[in-house]
Amino acid sequence: MRLSAIFYAIGQGFKNIFRNKIFSLATIATIASCVFLFGIFYSIVLNFSNIVRKAQAGVAITVFFDEGLSDEGIKAIGDEISKRAEVSKLVYVSAEEAWESFKAENLGDYVDSFGDDNPLSEDSNYEIYMNDISMQENLVTYIESLPGVRQVRKSAVVATMLTSVNSLISYVSMGIILILLAVSIFLISNTVAIGITVRREEISIMKLIGATDFVVRAPFVIEGLILGLVGAAIPLAAIYFIYKRAIEYLVDRFAVLDSLLQFLSIGEIFTTLLPASLILGAGIGFLGSFVTARKHLRI
Amino acid sequence: MTGNDMIILEDVNKSYSGAGAPALNNISLHIEKGEFVFIVGDSGSGKSTLIKLLLRELTPTSGRIIVNHTDVVKLKHRKIPKYRRGIGVVFQDFRLLKDRNVYENVAFAQRVISVPAREIRRNVPGVLSLVGLAEKYKSRPKQLSGGEQQRVALARAIINDPPILLADEPTGNLDPKNSWEIMKLLEQINKNGTTVLVVTHNREIVNEMRKRVITMKKGVIVSDQKKGGYIDEA
Repeated sequence: MRLSAIFYAIGQGFKNIFRNKIFSLATIATIASCVFLFGIFYSIVLNFSNIVRKAQAGVAITVFFDEGLSDEGIKAIGDEISKRAEVSKLVYVSAEEAWESFKAENLGDYVDSFGDDNPLSEDSNYEIYMNDISMQENLVTYIESLPGVRQVRKSAVVATMLTSVNSLISYVSMGIILILLAVSIFLISNTVAIGITVRREEISIMKLIGATDFVVRAPFVIEGLILGLVGAAIPLAAIYFIYKRAIEYLVDRFAVLDSLLQFLSIGEIFTTLLPASLILGAGIGFLGSFVTARKHLRI
Repeated sequence: MTGNDMIILEDVNKSYSGAGAPALNNISLHIEKGEFVFIVGDSGSGKSTLIKLLLRELTPTSGRIIVNHTDVVKLKHRKIPKYRRGIGVVFQDFRLLKDRNVYENVAFAQRVISVPAREIRRNVPGVLSLVGLAEKYKSRPKQLSGGEQQRVALARAIINDPPILLADEPTGNLDPKNSWEIMKLLEQINKNGTTVLVVTHNREIVNEMRKRVITMKKGVIVSDQKKGGYIDEA
């Protein structure tokens, strides 16, 4: 393969775009729409996942010990639990800390009536936070089997709900992304097919002169690749500005939800969205044009 | 096959699916290197099928076709481009790229086969001079007369120096003066050593030039004359 053939194909790919301005613009617009939807959807999903993840991180299992269990016994239970892969953090809460926390949260003005008594003197415990809340049941079963453990308190409803929401988001996002991909490939394939039809005479001349399949097809594939990249770059720029403005607006407007809704920064979103969208655009362009050129150019 | 044979057809048949009679019926033909041959006949006589077989746009139903020592029937798909580079081709409707000028149309034939740019810049002006269009290298096809457009097509056909030139009704869209100019150019190209096959309906030209004339009718060669003329009943 001569270098000049590659440069010729690249040059022709660019020229094709300008020769068929209307089709090129239509292709860029359709790819841009798909990548824009993908980007918006991805940003929402990523933020929602982040919120769910943060909520999951706040869900803890509480482990209470048998009455009179020694400090060594409590420590041994803590060591066993810490070895489990699903455990992200283990916090020991002494009976005094448990009572102080209860008082602050529930007793208010009646706190003095208990004097120096600690009704929770046997309620020292471990608060256990998990990496993956869907593993809660396994972990609870395991901890309940440990000697010295009196009771394990869990939040089954919250765990199930968060796990379900997370799964639902994953499935829906994958479904929508697959549909968008199929639509985009169909659209670019149509555009390249129209481009090939428009240039059928030129292609037939090329074939009769003795151009190889590579020389005939390459400009169309390069054209698709460029249209895909441009089609991806435009919505990325739009999302960059829209996302920043939208987050500023939401934070400003709903300051009261600040602790619950912690949005990701544009940098965090773009770390994955930028390469993913460019690869998506280029991939759609390449795949759509390659398959179409191969199908229509067997002369 | 001798060293002097350029095109050989042996018992070539071609039938199209759904069509009644075969397009070519047991054709055998030898054309030597450097010959100038007219192929004449009515519509449906099989001339276009013959050209398509030689260009390997079609394959025969049966028979052998050897062109410049290449067995065209057995040619693999990936080898077709290289084979076609040995055949220049000119059509009745010129088939020029309308969005490119004369220079670019001729250079196109070299670009698509990856000739280095420096060589293209050297070759194109020479070929344009040969066909008398050196001055008009910047013109677009629509700015040229029919005769000039056909000369551009001729320049494109010969720039890669093919040993064979196929001309399918090259004067079909031209007036008598331009037709003669094109035929003179084809004759000159032939004198330079290229084997030239011209499919034509132009009785006057065929009768005047006194070249080999192969007459076809309903897929069969009915006459093959050295220094022949146009046979009316064909």
